[in-house]
Amino acid sequence: MNIDLGTHQAYAYTGGKPFDPTLPCIAFIHGALHDHSAWTLPARWFAHHGHSVLALDQPGHMRSSGPVCPDVPAIARWLLKVLDVVGAQDVTLVGHSMGSLIALEAAAQAPERVKRLVMVGTAYPMVVSTALLDAAEQRPAQGIEMVNNFSISTWASKPGYPGPGFWLHGGNRALMHRVLASNREVNLFSHDFRLCNDYRSAEMAMPRVRAQTHLVLGERDQMTLPKATALLAQGLQAQVHTVCAGHSLMHEDPEGFLSVLRQITAANAA
Amino acid sequence: MAGYHDPHFDTLSLHAGAAPDPATGARAVPLHLSTSFVFKDAEHAASLFNMERPGHVYSRISNPTNAVFEERMAALEGAVGAIATASGQAALHLAVATLAGAGSHIVASGALYGGSHNLLAYTLRRFGIDTTFVAPRNLDGWRRAIRPNTRLLFGETLGNPGLDVLDIPAVSSIAHEAGVPLLVDSTFTTPWLMKPIDMGADLVFHSATKFLCGHGTVVGGVVLDGGRFDWTGSGRFPELSEPYEGFHGMNFAEESSVGAFLLRARREGLRDFGACMSPHTAWLILQGIETLALRMERHVANTRRIVEFLCSHPMVQDVGYPELPSHPDHALAQRLLPRGAGAVFSFNLKGSRAQGRAFIEALQVFSHLANVGDCRSLVIHPASTTHFRMSDEALALSGIGPGTIRLSIGLESADDLIDDLKRAFKVAAKSGASGRGTV
Repeated sequence: MNIDLGTHQAYAYTGGKPFDPTLPCIAFIHGALHDHSAWTLPARWFAHHGHSVLALDQPGHMRSSGPVCPDVPAIARWLLKVLDVVGAQDVTLVGHSMGSLIALEAAAQAPERVKRLVMVGTAYPMVVSTALLDAAEQRPAQGIEMVNNFSISTWASKPGYPGPGFWLHGGNRALMHRVLASNREVNLFSHDFRLCNDYRSAEMAMPRVRAQTHLVLGERDQMTLPKATALLAQGLQAQVHTVCAGHSLMHEDPEGFLSVLRQITAANAA
Repeated sequence: MAGYHDPHFDTLSLHAGAAPDPATGARAVPLHLSTSFVFKDAEHAASLFNMERPGHVYSRISNPTNAVFEERMAALEGAVGAIATASGQAALHLAVATLAGAGSHIVASGALYGGSHNLLAYTLRRFGIDTTFVAPRNLDGWRRAIRPNTRLLFGETLGNPGLDVLDIPAVSSIAHEAGVPLLVDSTFTTPWLMKPIDMGADLVFHSATKFLCGHGTVVGGVVLDGGRFDWTGSGRFPELSEPYEGFHGMNFAEESSVGAFLLRARREGLRDFGACMSPHTAWLILQGIETLALRMERHVANTRRIVEFLCSHPMVQDVGYPELPSHPDHALAQRLLPRGAGAVFSFNLKGSRAQGRAFIEALQVFSHLANVGDCRSLVIHPASTTHFRMSDEALALSGIGPGTIRLSIGLESADDLIDDLKRAFKVAAKSGASGRGTV
């Protein structure tokens, strides 16, 4: 659905059902150079199991209009505005990679609004190598190959995302190219990865977070190494869950990822 | 396995989509001959049907063995995914039926396999889908033929019968300027010789019966999506960009930004038309794909030897192979097909239809049949078989002469193939000299 923010439109995939503000809301926030379609399977499942769902395209990405935000806290403010406009309540934020930092910031900026914080494929600081930043700026196609191959840990992800017959490497590569092409004014590849690299506010954000926090990590993640989450786990008193997958864990092991999310939401509901 | 680039072709052809079976440890791809797959519980069943979770339900829609074949082909072609079909014709029909309906229009190359031409020129017209055929080298012709209701541009990487090389970068640009995708039949080239998606094509299909299988054992097809085409932005494809009541009101382009075509093709086309691939077929084609690079190298090397021999033979009028400077697409082939222009080509025998027939009948290593892309060398004489009802004038309009012979070069020793051809030329020459060769 398109959400009117006054000056711009935000797009959110709602899981195949109309958004119902009376239900507990799960907002999914994508990572760098991705869009809402990174989440469609779990979003669809939760939309059909008692939740309202928003899987968003970030500003200036794909179906959401408007200028890109200059930093992670600004995207978090945009996210909170979206939640206000649609009247979301009992909010769970689920963010992947760059999206996990946005979710953390939003949970810190509005601690009373965010009940649960789920940081997927995360790390702090989320340092991006100079080689990758340079490639994103100068040689995006080459950089996309680097990200793709470091994000996916298997040549045989089963049963496939979003279904059988899809080749994860090809899908992820094509999505990154599509997102890059969706904004002719800004190099979203360079923009998004610089935002990850430049974010250094977690120490200030974490003490303000009141949400129950979970880290969902890929055992084989080579983009955001699981060992680089110690600060987050300690600072947020987070419960850590692992999935046998790489950085694209919700695509490599969609069943394992859904199982973890179901545990988290069920535990919190209880 | 992480690295700075994708694994190479040979590695993908062995490993993409498959890992040791977690249940048994089996290293080779298991053959899952099962029509259906047990649900964990009622909720699991419902969520599979509603596409909330991925998995297999019924083998007409998907199957674990077929999925390995599909992923492997997608890896080799640089696609986002694939759908295995009952034949190459089924793959073409699935692509068209997913994107077009009554009132739609297609622009197609005039140099097509006969079965594809029939489907477009006659059968689909019965269902209200009209096709304009254009000469594949006429870029203005492609552009001029596009109408507001055009849904697809379609050509073969190597056209039939003259091996016209489709200028995919140019034709895809024309298609994209109009907001239309380009579909190509890449059967003759395989991903080892050409990756059409990298050159601008949006959708690719193969008759997997041919080089992909490679052993002349099973009939199958596959259609692939490069994932780059913007179905919503085009404005021509409400089938993909608006809710579809035939499948839970799903908007496929919202559901997957890069996989909308494949989602609808599987959830509608395979479900309703049912032209699925048998898992046994998928398993056999996978055996072929594992050696595709090795076989294609040999196919091309043998073909070059045979072409060289034929060019120097006094009974050969001409040879139509894009690697020859005499071929009208020689320069284009050098640019788009640096690894080779395939292993199927035609030559014209100096002589009559009867001499052509005598030539064919004298061959002992080449098999006389209607197929291409086998590991064994194949031959057919169109004037006395597939086109025998046509006059010489009608044949000429199709680019076929009375002495046209089509060869599909296999993996035998090139020396033995040349000896076989020499023997047949002698018989054909005697046939002409005795007068038995006149029509």
